Amino acid sequence: MSTLSRADIDVSANGTARAAGGARVDLVLVTEMVERGAKVLDVGCGDGELLRLLSETRDVDGRGIELSREGVNECVAKGLAVIQGDADTDLSNYPDDAFDYVILSQTLQATRQPRIVLEHMLRIGRHAIVSFPNFGHWQVRMQLLFAGHMPRTDMLPFSWYDTPNIHHCTIKDFRQLCTAVGVRMEKAVALNAWGSPLRLAAPWWFWNLFGEQAVFLLSRRD
Amino acid sequence: MRLDAGVELSPFQIAYKTYGRLNAARSNAVLICHALTGDQHVASVHPVTKKAGWWETMVGPGRPIDTERYFVICPNVVGACMGTTGPSSTDPKTGKPWGLDFPVITIRDMVRAQAMLLDHLGIESLFTVAGGSMGGMQVLQWAASYPDRVFSALPIACATRHSAQNIAFHEVGRQAIMADPEWRGGRYLLENTNPRRGLAVARMGAHITYLSDAALHRKFGRKFQDRANPTFSFDADFEVESYLRHQGISFVERFDANSYLYLTRAMDYFDLAADHDGILAKAFHRTPARFCVISFTSDWLFPTSESRAIVQALNAASARVSFAEIVTDKGHDAFLLDEPELFAIVRGFLDGAGKARGLGSES
Repeated sequence: MSTLSRADIDVSANGTARAAGGARVDLVLVTEMVERGAKVLDVGCGDGELLRLLSETRDVDGRGIELSREGVNECVAKGLAVIQGDADTDLSNYPDDAFDYVILSQTLQATRQPRIVLEHMLRIGRHAIVSFPNFGHWQVRMQLLFAGHMPRTDMLPFSWYDTPNIHHCTIKDFRQLCTAVGVRMEKAVALNAWGSPLRLAAPWWFWNLFGEQAVFLLSRRD
Repeated sequence: MRLDAGVELSPFQIAYKTYGRLNAARSNAVLICHALTGDQHVASVHPVTKKAGWWETMVGPGRPIDTERYFVICPNVVGACMGTTGPSSTDPKTGKPWGLDFPVITIRDMVRAQAMLLDHLGIESLFTVAGGSMGGMQVLQWAASYPDRVFSALPIACATRHSAQNIAFHEVGRQAIMADPEWRGGRYLLENTNPRRGLAVARMGAHITYLSDAALHRKFGRKFQDRANPTFSFDADFEVESYLRHQGISFVERFDANSYLYLTRAMDYFDLAADHDGILAKAFHRTPARFCVISFTSDWLFPTSESRAIVQALNAASARVSFAEIVTDKGHDAFLLDEPELFAIVRGFLDGAGKARGLGSES
């Protein structure tokens, strides 16, 4: 298997939660992983902010799937090619190699079958980009350890009984899933609690403790 | 024109209306396909009923399909009765109305005729083709038959095939017309009769399918019509009865009974997948068009599942597709009514498509 060498770790973005254009840093990081003019599917595209950013800065041919009807209708009214659908059931409708990149931005933890979703992403697309909140972050661990309740953070603001997030994972867990599925990790970035990329060439355990969220660029192992 | 039925229909005539101006690049043409009982008067006063155009909320100056930006063409379909050749037209061979000698036509025939109209108008490629219900079927057929002539497509509240339930409802309507003694085996124009009752009953039945239980309840409930108590008779005691009778009677004034038979038949025969080895995605193979598919939550005639099947096929064909389901209790007819979310979606979709087409700055 391939582990990431330190040279692969991208710490180039500057350390603010919002990039110069006002976009979320995690979205900017995703954007920077996409080649210009690529064909992209954003799974769980919300109100279409990432798709808009991708088409403005990377000139992509972007499509989206979103579960919430409000999100979809807002996207379509903005002229984005978005359909109402469910990552767990609807990815199987797409043919192999339909996209250059399939993106799952802050949605992995809300899917019912994360492994199958990931497998579909890398069937439909040559690359997959996955960003997710890291459940191994120290604040999450502290809340469970000392306060004794399910963690609630800025990234994970929901009560346990009404959260859409049903499959939390840590950075370590996600790497294990990638190994199990047999995908290649081309690039990974962890963001700290202020949304800045961790600029240290740190070992994975450090990321797993101090990264509040992570962005992975994956590709098929051929 | 060679029809799917294997016969030739020529010469034939198409009645159409246009709105707005064709730009110099001839790139801003919009084709509006009307539904079963619609016509070319999409955004202008109907000559018979004197009512506003049937889609005036959608099409017109400043509307989502903006006639100040787009050149809108709305033809009356083949088989209809507002000027385009249909069963009430004169058969050149006999000099008499066609009646049931008129060949059975299909959705594909309607679209074929529209393509000939565009050739005549010198329009190579449509910026968009839009329509609801039977109009949506034509939109899908356009994308399948002439992929290179369709830049974007807006199929609303429709399906790629007519379901058994829908065929069943149509059959009830047709039988109502044929059961009217005035129908005279379809020769009523020659015999100076008119199957008004049959056509009215057909319309009443169909009209129920265009609404929803919730909409009927909200509008009428169990309210009595101009009376406090039931009359213990078969008068139209209930408001809903009176409403339906009115719908039936007013429909007869503007529609031909045989056209109703032919157009319902065309919808019944529509099955886009069957024309492509049973695989719907093949119908849209490598279509370059961008699609915006729209359905309504309370539409039980063309439910969202039908639109979802269109979207799945388009995804399988790697087409660029948007799909929105709009929450409303107004049923199938919602596509013709005041639905702000529908307008916002159509406007946004066309703005995006317009940018990709290079429209906007010049008009």
